[in-house]
Amino acid sequence: MAEPIGIEIRNLYKIFGPNAAALMAAVRDGMTKTELNDKHHHVLGLNNINISMPAGRIQVIMGLSGSGKSTLIRHINRLIDPTAGEVLVGGENVVTMSPDALREFRRHKTAMVFQKFALLPNRTVLENVCYGLEIQNVPRARRVEAAMRWIERVGLKGFESKYPNQLSGGMQQRVGLARALTNDAPILLMDEAFSALDPLIRVDMQTVLLDLQKEIRKTIVFITHDLDEALRLGDAIAILRDGEIIQQGTSQDIVLRPADPYIESFVREVNRGRVIRADAAMTALPEGAAPAIGVDGTTTLEEAGRLMVENAATSLAVRDPASGRPVGMLSMEAILRAVTSRGE
Amino acid sequence: MDWLTTFPQMDDTRLRDLKKVIDEAFRGFTRSYGDAFESMFEPLRIFMVHAERFLVNTPWIVIFALIVGIAWAGSRSRKVVLATVVTMLLIGYFGMWEDTMKTIAMIFVSTFISIVIGIPIGIAMARWNRLQSVINPILDVMQTMPSFVYLIPVVMLLGIGKVPGLIAVVIYAMPPVIRLTNLGIRLVDREMLEAADAFGSSNWQKLKNVQLPLALPTIMAGINQTIMMALAMVVIASMIGVQGLGQPVLRAISNQYFTLGVFNGFAIVGIAIIFDRVSQAFGKRLQKHNEVIHG
Ligand SMILES: Nc1ncnc2c1ncn2[C@@H]1O[C@H](COP(=O)(O)OP(=O)(O)O)[C@@H](O)[C@H]1O
Ligand SMILES: [Mg+2]
Repeated sequence: MAEPIGIEIRNLYKIFGPNAAALMAAVRDGMTKTELNDKHHHVLGLNNINISMPAGRIQVIMGLSGSGKSTLIRHINRLIDPTAGEVLVGGENVVTMSPDALREFRRHKTAMVFQKFALLPNRTVLENVCYGLEIQNVPRARRVEAAMRWIERVGLKGFESKYPNQLSGGMQQRVGLARALTNDAPILLMDEAFSALDPLIRVDMQTVLLDLQKEIRKTIVFITHDLDEALRLGDAIAILRDGEIIQQGTSQDIVLRPADPYIESFVREVNRGRVIRADAAMTALPEGAAPAIGVDGTTTLEEAGRLMVENAATSLAVRDPASGRPVGMLSMEAILRAVTSRGE
Repeated sequence: MDWLTTFPQMDDTRLRDLKKVIDEAFRGFTRSYGDAFESMFEPLRIFMVHAERFLVNTPWIVIFALIVGIAWAGSRSRKVVLATVVTMLLIGYFGMWEDTMKTIAMIFVSTFISIVIGIPIGIAMARWNRLQSVINPILDVMQTMPSFVYLIPVVMLLGIGKVPGLIAVVIYAMPPVIRLTNLGIRLVDREMLEAADAFGSSNWQKLKNVQLPLALPTIMAGINQTIMMALAMVVIASMIGVQGLGQPVLRAISNQYFTLGVFNGFAIVGIAIIFDRVSQAFGKRLQKHNEVIHG
């Protein structure tokens, strides 16, 4: 399996329009998206993006429609050329690659999953999943073998010879996922991959992805406009608005310390019990006897609460997951306070 | 105040001179390059002659079986095959077998040429907007210019015969393939192209794996139209020496043979319907994967 590689984006700008390069200076000097649009009829797609995406983890980019998410993710495999800036993948600058180098990079380093699946309707599931390897001229026997493995892994065994139109949306996106995974590239780009699916199927697919990730350890860039999805999947989350990153952090950071009222308004709708961890809500260990039952600091409050109810306890000891030593105490009251709090 | 009542036109002598100069120039061109053009189109003539010879000289029963076989292979529809059998039997029985074979040869060759030239042009048009804006007006002219007008230079260059007739047919019939190839490729979903790019397709791989397959139904519609337009040219082509069902029609017009005209006319309609139904059914079958849509 390919070694995970990180993605480093530095001072990335994208202006849409015929005179983009000429307007770069003005944007660097702080011209806003609205001004640029009103005065020059150019769209400021991305405004000075700096982000470092950890290798082998899931980086979520969240933002409302039109905030520049698709534009950003398309810079990673250069489906869109930047107006200025660098995209470093495993130390290589994607922006300066020659067309041939770029094609090789796309074949071997990245794979992409699309919102509307983008499966070829005239090809069967198997032929679709083989697509990436076919492009690379991998011999047929080998690509079928690899494709079959991933088809089975995403739960589509028995559907290989069906056409995409014969499958439900959820199953089609499993094909999209299998197609991307068959490429065995270290980077997986997912642009609102689950947004077109019904809510239940969507949660299902999130579970599939999280399970897979335990095994494949790829660097996944996952775009979503849904905060719940972002919090569930993201090892790291970046929030975009009008082409700018307005907050980066873990789900804890976002929920506990929203950077501005805009983010706060999203966070208000979130099920906090599923995001906030025990070690974020715990209080100091009391003198003397610690509670008999303990949980790891990474446990969510919802889990911790359930454990309390099951054991008829009113408090738990919180352990450091690495050392196993108790580092704090979590009371029922602390859980309630954290879950029902509406921002400090 | 003369110019108010009659249009202020160019001086008569000057107009005549202008036409004369152009005509002279073209005639000169014809004299010096006519032979070159003729030899250039020689392969076309040979192709046409062979197609005709094959259809006419092969025992009718073999050709009959072949046509019915193709109708079945293309449409997989018992109704279409039955209609083909009946039409071909009637054509033969009413003594039009040989002329029909010649017409089918002409349609086959001109459609083949239209496809071979038209599809690459359509692909190029879809790729370069500038080319599209140059070719589109040319196609408009090809389709709206009365065919008699461009017959004149073609006949001046190549004389009377199969080749000039074929060229006239191709000029008239090719635009739909070009237009619909261009359109079909342009209609391919942007996300599909992005997917092809994202997996590292070369331009050729993108064309072969994504653009052409997805445009195929539209291209097939273009080919179907091209066949129909070629059939519409049968009579005009016969005026400059293409043999087939058109010539009896011409004779019928000049001699007022009502029945002869009607019979041959119906033969043309008959094969037009066969070609149309078979090629449409074939196009639909290519699309089968699109039919079963999951709830
Ligand atoms: N090709 C383009 N030309 C002009 N403007 C564009 C283009 N692509 C995207 N935009 C604009 O850039 C902004 C960000 O778009 P996008 O990245 O698609 O947002 P998101 O994926 O977050 O919905 C939007 O304002 C959009 O209108
Ligand atoms: Mg988008």
